[in-house]
Amino acid sequence: MNPVNYLYLAALLFTIGAAGVLIRRNAIVVFMCIELMLNACNLALVAFSRMHGNLDGQIIAFFTMVVAAAEVVVGLAIIVSLFRSRHSASVDDASLMKL
Amino acid sequence: MDNAENLIALLVAAPLLGAAVLLVGGRRLDRTGHWIGTALAAVSFVVAVVLFADMLGRPGDDRTLYQHLFSWIPVGGFQADIAFQLDQLSMTFVLLITGVGSLIHLYSVGYMEHDERRRRFFGYLNLFLAAMLLLVLADNYLLLYVGWEGVGLASYLLIGFWQHKPSAATAAKKAFLVNRVGDMGLSIAIMLMFTTFGTFAFGPVLGATGETSEGTLTALGLLLLLAACGKSAQVPLQSWLGDAMEGPTPVSALIHAATMVTAGVYLITRSGAIFNAAPDAQLAVVTVGAVTLLFGAIVGCAKDDIKKALAGSTMSQIGYMILAAGLGPIGYAFAIMHLVTHGFFKAGLFLGAGSVMHGMNDEVDMRKYGGLRKYMPITFVTFGLGYLAIIGFPGLSGFFSKDKIIEAAFAKGGTEGWILGGAALLGAAITAFYMTRVMLMTFFGEKRWQPDDKGELPHPHESPRTMTIPMIVLAFGSVFAGGLFSWHESFVKWLEPVTSFEHGHSPLSAATVTTATVAVMVLGVALAYLQYGRRPVPVTPPRGSLLTRAARRDLLQDDFNHVVLVRGGEHLTRSLVYVDHSLVDGVVNGTAASFGGLSGRLRKLQNGYARTYAVTMFGGTAVLIAATLLMRAV
Amino acid sequence: MSFPLLTATAALPALGAIATAAVPAGRRTAAKWLALLVSLGTLVLAAVIAVRFEPGGDRYQLTESHAWIADFGVRYELGVDGIAVALIALTAVLIPVIILAGWHDADPLETDSQRWRPTQGFFALILSVEAMVILSFEATDVFLFYILFEAMLIPMYFLIGGFGDRAAPARQGAAATGGGEENAAAQRSYAAVKFLLYNLAGGLIMLAAVIGLYVVAGNFSLTEIAEARANGTLEMATNTERLLFLGFFFAFAVKAPLWPLHTWLPNAMGESTAPVAVLITAVVDKVGTFAMLRFCLGLFPEASEWATPVILALALISIVYGALLAVGQRDIKRLIAYASISHFGFIIMGIFAMTTQGQAGATLYMVNHGISTAALMLVAGFLISRRGSRLIADYGGVQKVAPILAGTFLIGGLATLSLPGLAPFVSEFLVLVGTFARYPVVGVIATLGIVLAALYTLVLYQRTMTGPVKEEVRTLPDLRLRELVVVTPLIALLIFLGVYPKPLTDIVNPAVEHTMSDVQKKDPQPEVEAAK
Repeated sequence: MNPVNYLYLAALLFTIGAAGVLIRRNAIVVFMCIELMLNACNLALVAFSRMHGNLDGQIIAFFTMVVAAAEVVVGLAIIVSLFRSRHSASVDDASLMKL
Repeated sequence: MDNAENLIALLVAAPLLGAAVLLVGGRRLDRTGHWIGTALAAVSFVVAVVLFADMLGRPGDDRTLYQHLFSWIPVGGFQADIAFQLDQLSMTFVLLITGVGSLIHLYSVGYMEHDERRRRFFGYLNLFLAAMLLLVLADNYLLLYVGWEGVGLASYLLIGFWQHKPSAATAAKKAFLVNRVGDMGLSIAIMLMFTTFGTFAFGPVLGATGETSEGTLTALGLLLLLAACGKSAQVPLQSWLGDAMEGPTPVSALIHAATMVTAGVYLITRSGAIFNAAPDAQLAVVTVGAVTLLFGAIVGCAKDDIKKALAGSTMSQIGYMILAAGLGPIGYAFAIMHLVTHGFFKAGLFLGAGSVMHGMNDEVDMRKYGGLRKYMPITFVTFGLGYLAIIGFPGLSGFFSKDKIIEAAFAKGGTEGWILGGAALLGAAITAFYMTRVMLMTFFGEKRWQPDDKGELPHPHESPRTMTIPMIVLAFGSVFAGGLFSWHESFVKWLEPVTSFEHGHSPLSAATVTTATVAVMVLGVALAYLQYGRRPVPVTPPRGSLLTRAARRDLLQDDFNHVVLVRGGEHLTRSLVYVDHSLVDGVVNGTAASFGGLSGRLRKLQNGYARTYAVTMFGGTAVLIAATLLMRAV
Repeated sequence: MSFPLLTATAALPALGAIATAAVPAGRRTAAKWLALLVSLGTLVLAAVIAVRFEPGGDRYQLTESHAWIADFGVRYELGVDGIAVALIALTAVLIPVIILAGWHDADPLETDSQRWRPTQGFFALILSVEAMVILSFEATDVFLFYILFEAMLIPMYFLIGGFGDRAAPARQGAAATGGGEENAAAQRSYAAVKFLLYNLAGGLIMLAAVIGLYVVAGNFSLTEIAEARANGTLEMATNTERLLFLGFFFAFAVKAPLWPLHTWLPNAMGESTAPVAVLITAVVDKVGTFAMLRFCLGLFPEASEWATPVILALALISIVYGALLAVGQRDIKRLIAYASISHFGFIIMGIFAMTTQGQAGATLYMVNHGISTAALMLVAGFLISRRGSRLIADYGGVQKVAPILAGTFLIGGLATLSLPGLAPFVSEFLVLVGTFARYPVVGVIATLGIVLAALYTLVLYQRTMTGPVKEEVRTLPDLRLRELVVVTPLIALLIFLGVYPKPLTDIVNPAVEHTMSDVQKKDPQPEVEAAK
């Protein structure tokens, strides 16, 4: 199959993820959408790796996975503690990221 | 004697050592310090006499000695050496400086007896001697400049010696600053010499004056004149000398009468080759001399402070010397001759004044003296001889030297000659007037003594022997030096190899000039007698004419300086401080503030909502991608 | 391989800084002694450099070269010429003096002994500045120099902001706002930030120029680039050269400081303690003027010549303007700061006069100004610490109570006004002669500076030391032993270098010849010889 199709798929997944991040309010969903975007990138990287015939893309994909795993751990922990303190998982309820 | 030149450095080294020992030595030298200082000054004098004897033993054209110590500043073509040159001109100065200097050291032992800082005073005096000797012994202009500023420093320290008095501290500062203006002239002159001749040693510069343009030489001459004006208190840089009388009287005698203030005359005489080839510069020199000799004399007439009256006189007498030096080869020798005789009689007069003050509880106002001749006989006689010498009483020192200068002034020729000669004659008359006034007010008439701050009337008494001996020696010099120098023109012949000499051709015969000089002198004395001898002198000064009042204020020179320089300077610095703070710094602080304001506004974009940030991020990325694609497409 | 002397001279104070910082909090005195010993050791190494340096030999000697960031052609390259040797010696002499003068400046305050005053940190910071300054004098790699030039700011920032003058609150501040200690702290942090921002701004522009230089030349080696420039293998477009020159010059002019980039200096010197003020003006600022001589002239000779008229004009303004502002100051330390601005004007004028005398004079001036300002500023610091005020008007008649203090102050002042016989005269006169030879008018105007210098120095002396003794001054003690030990070597050097500067000129002259050949200039011929 033409590897370009994988790229189309990756772009579609990335767009879905991006739209989710922007539109949804639930922190868990936003988080899942971010994961979707990361994985879309992974897909694209692997596809590139295939197209160029070297392993660079796959290696970066591995890095991404490791980082994503770490991110999940930290991110979920933050969401859980936020939920505990505010009884809400809406991202619009917290504006703690300013001075 | 072989290798006499090796002794030259010793002349400078002895007093320099004295200064170092006395100033660093601390309190433990308080009891012996003054004798150490005096002894080292005397050592210098003895060395000078030895060198003089050696010099006399050699033929006239082979009397110059050189001593090269070490290379001082060698940078590329700029080669400055620490090297000395001792010729007849330097020798004359060295003898005067060390001789009068030693006497005044001796005098100061008595005069400063009750001052707790006497050791320091002698340290400064020694420092002065070292610097002054360096000035006259240097073989190049840069080293001369070192001595030049060195005597300025010593003068600063000594004028301000009683620096707890604000007036003394101010006078010292003023002297240094005015001198610095003159020094600027000397330093620019040295730079110009370097760019013109590639050197600033006396020999090469003065020997090569024929190879450059008259314009350059005129510039050099005017710059050197500026320097001389500063150091020798000539118009327009004369204002510091009167205030310098705040210093202890021995200082006034040594520095501000006999030696340092005559350095300008030395500079001009030494640079004779430059002036000889620059008539315009010479004209400036004689003008300055003539103006100052009248200026100082007029000021001297109006002052009631005995030291300030003498200071005006000094200014005037140096005016004579500068005038003579500006006349060229017909005048150099007479300038120096008058300088030496003046060194004797003016130092003697100042020491006499100091002795009077010593006996009168440090009172300086002559209106509160009177009738002192009975109480201070030695002072009276020595002061009187100095007085006769300065007014040019026939047979005494001043007569010979001043007469020659007046004659030379007429010999300048043309209208100039008549104007200069006339000014010099007028100056002689005024000199006789003000000196007679000083004499009469101090030693004659009835007692006008006033109680001092503590309510005690002064008990005038003769001064101790350490003070009277120097006065007696100087009185001998005042009487005999002139005659000795004029004996078969011995002084002129002695200096001729260095300064060259020509007989001036005066439109008036020598006898006419002499008669005129004596006549105006008698006139001046008679006028003063009518004013101050026949009538009682009021203790409070009368209001006086416009001229008198102006002369009391030094002919308004300080008022001029105050309005133009001091006030103007204050305004300038104050406005510059303001400019620096609000404009130069304001621009910077303004930039900082505007950045602060901008960031405050940008901060509002950060509302803390995660989704806003996400939108910004996506938007930014989109713009970037769009831009990239657009660039591709183009 | 021979012993890396240059590295060692910089490494010793660097290691000393770490060791001093590591001394336990209670052993304050031990830290001070350690710092002093390290700085004395550095002085010994600097002396070895001076002895090993052969004035007649290669341009850069005792060279070391190692690969560092190979991808960008950055090398760790060191080498000294005569100018660098003179300045390294100056730094090595001044640091022990500064440490000794600041012996008690970082002690805990007696009033609140609880408050933590990092004594160790103070001395460690001084040593780290010494290390960086020395290494920057030695660096012949532009990038290495740049890093040091910038890194110096960090310890200086803390020294200015963290260890302010204990004499503060100055009366003017207290009277203006009524807040004592707090107001002083605010002033101090303003001064420190201003110092940092000014120098960072200069440094950033220089960074751009450094990168630009790399793009054009392909490496950072001063010697290689200068050589390539000289033999024509490296052509630069006129505009490129001028832009790069301006980038470098701007940074150095801020550091030097040249009018109108000078306003950080009076604040920084006024607010910091006297020893730190000396560190700023006598040591750190010298890197700026040194770099003009080495990098601006060496790398961009044609652009230097192009910019000369403007730079001379700015230098002339600095001279007169700094001196006039010094006359108008009421604060002793700010007065000395403005005097320094005037003196830096002389140094820059000497450098860009492009004559042997001017450049040798400028180099000597850097050394002599370091010594004379240190003498004047440190004695002023001793005076201020006794009375607790920086205002001139708070003093009067000190001469009567503390004659030795007043005497040393006067000598420092006389050196500042370039009295012949003291070291600064030699350098000032050389600068003036060198300038006059090529630009007579500039030389004559600059000579005004000597009159103004006399004015501000003597006014300062008169107002503080002479006159009737003020009541608050009556009990001031004279100089103590430690303070005498600080001042004596400085005065001895001032006199020695004033009477016999030959050892210094012998080292400096060959380096100046090289710089002159860099810019392809010859001294103007004397008129009389030219006519032949």
